[in-house]
Amino acid sequence: MTVTNKEPYQQAYYPPKPTSLTCFMRKFLPWQLVRFAVINLKMIKLMRNSHH
Amino acid sequence: MAIQGNKKQIVILGAGISGHTAARYLIRCRRKSKTPYEVVVVTPNPKWNWIPSNIWVGVGQMTTEQVTFDLAPLYARIGVPFHQARGVSIHPEGDAEMPSPYVLVEYTSADKAGQTAKIPYDYLINATGPKLNFGATEGLGPDHGHTVSVCTASHALEANHKLQATIEAMRRGEKKTIVIGTGHGTCTCQGAAFEYIYNVEHVLRDAGVRDKARIVWISNEYELGDFGMGGVHIERGGYITNGKVFAESLMVERGIEWITRAAVNKVEAGKIHYELLDGSKNELDFDFAMLIPPFSGVGLKAFDKAGEDITAKLFAPSGFMKVDGDYTPRPYAEWSAKDWPSTYQNPTYGNIFAIGIAFAPPHLISKPMTSANGTPINPAPPRTGMPSAAMAIAVVRSIRDMIDGAPAPTQTASMAKMGAACVASTGRNFFSGSAATMTVFPVVPDYETYPEYGRDLNLTFGEIGLAGHWMKAMLHYTFIYQAKMRPGWSLLPD
Repeated sequence: MTVTNKEPYQQAYYPPKPTSLTCFMRKFLPWQLVRFAVINLKMIKLMRNSHH
Repeated sequence: MAIQGNKKQIVILGAGISGHTAARYLIRCRRKSKTPYEVVVVTPNPKWNWIPSNIWVGVGQMTTEQVTFDLAPLYARIGVPFHQARGVSIHPEGDAEMPSPYVLVEYTSADKAGQTAKIPYDYLINATGPKLNFGATEGLGPDHGHTVSVCTASHALEANHKLQATIEAMRRGEKKTIVIGTGHGTCTCQGAAFEYIYNVEHVLRDAGVRDKARIVWISNEYELGDFGMGGVHIERGGYITNGKVFAESLMVERGIEWITRAAVNKVEAGKIHYELLDGSKNELDFDFAMLIPPFSGVGLKAFDKAGEDITAKLFAPSGFMKVDGDYTPRPYAEWSAKDWPSTYQNPTYGNIFAIGIAFAPPHLISKPMTSANGTPINPAPPRTGMPSAAMAIAVVRSIRDMIDGAPAPTQTASMAKMGAACVASTGRNFFSGSAATMTVFPVVPDYETYPEYGRDLNLTFGEIGLAGHWMKAMLHYTFIYQAKMRPGWSLLPD
């Protein structure tokens, strides 16, 4: 079987792609529970700064 | 209809996110107001719609009933006269027959369809939202064109029917091209299309037909991640990075192609015609396309006491209402955060306010761009969601204070001094779903306060994950509960 080199310099060639660890952590429940709390805190901080 | 007794009457045109927020807070503030007032709501739609969840209706993961509810019973419960009608014209000085200011409305309910009425007001809040201007692009839209939309719940339902038919064809082994994005060079609301493309990709994977679909994003953004806000910078991985990097990363991860700097100028059955910023004219074949239309004002007119047309005095050429912004035309380099309105009071008639999409922005946020052929290709500024609710609350408090004797608005809510949060779903499932959570502060860059990027990087962030989906789901249920004014609604944040 001949191997064909993947075409470089295409649109999808440049942006960063998440590693398998990053993808895993995006769905890993304990970590996501932490992120959920962090996101809520960030939003509360944002709302506090937005109200004058 | 006459104003009752000595009570001041506040009329709200529109009951979307900003208009209904204004109605809720006017009722809440009424208890503390020294002067009694009446609140009247006029809107052509019988239902309130949590628009951010329409994308889930558009992929068959929610019903229209889950994202809407009837307004009439709610307003009857809280004692707000409700007219299912569209505003036709504003008469800020009244006329020979009616000396007080009034709005002319035309009923849209089945029992009174076509009938008109004059509704007097002491204060008017214009929260009409946009006209979905599908007519700006030939062949665009679900009614007279070849594309679908998720801008309303019924549009989203129709989009899902067509999507499911496309999925069925793919199950039979057919290859399909799906195109999602913006349908004109000056669209806003890229976020809705952004959410929809990822949710479509998610349901295609769930249906086991992802390999049968070529998915293409097309938009008027200069780069991905612009969202009409000129893009954002966030701190991540030891770098200050533009949102473009993360937006492109997500496209690559999901195997989606993208076309930016594009003005769709014509849609035929199965073929999109578009122009790029470099002036080139191109075509893209499609089997299923969801393209957001450009927005314009709803077409309200205005007349003075003598019946002279003063529409141009109250409204910008786009049809959106002029408020306290600085509308002096200036080059991009001279734009300032101070140009943006803060009280949303009309400069000619101090008892008229415009909030949400209904107010005329002083200029774009993204840099204006024009193609080699002279076609504007740039996103319009977003004015939805969190900022529109903040405007509504500020205007309500100003009106309450003005009724109690204040000579001018007392509250401000400039988009150059407030943040916005956007939770963009990229797939709905409690365990396998995800969303991109973004916050930006301020919405309009302020280069005087934040010289480098125009924004506070401590309050501007973004991340993708399952937690974002939980957030999006929580916001769905929370905001619908709040909009229904269930017990404790006023304790919930807007």
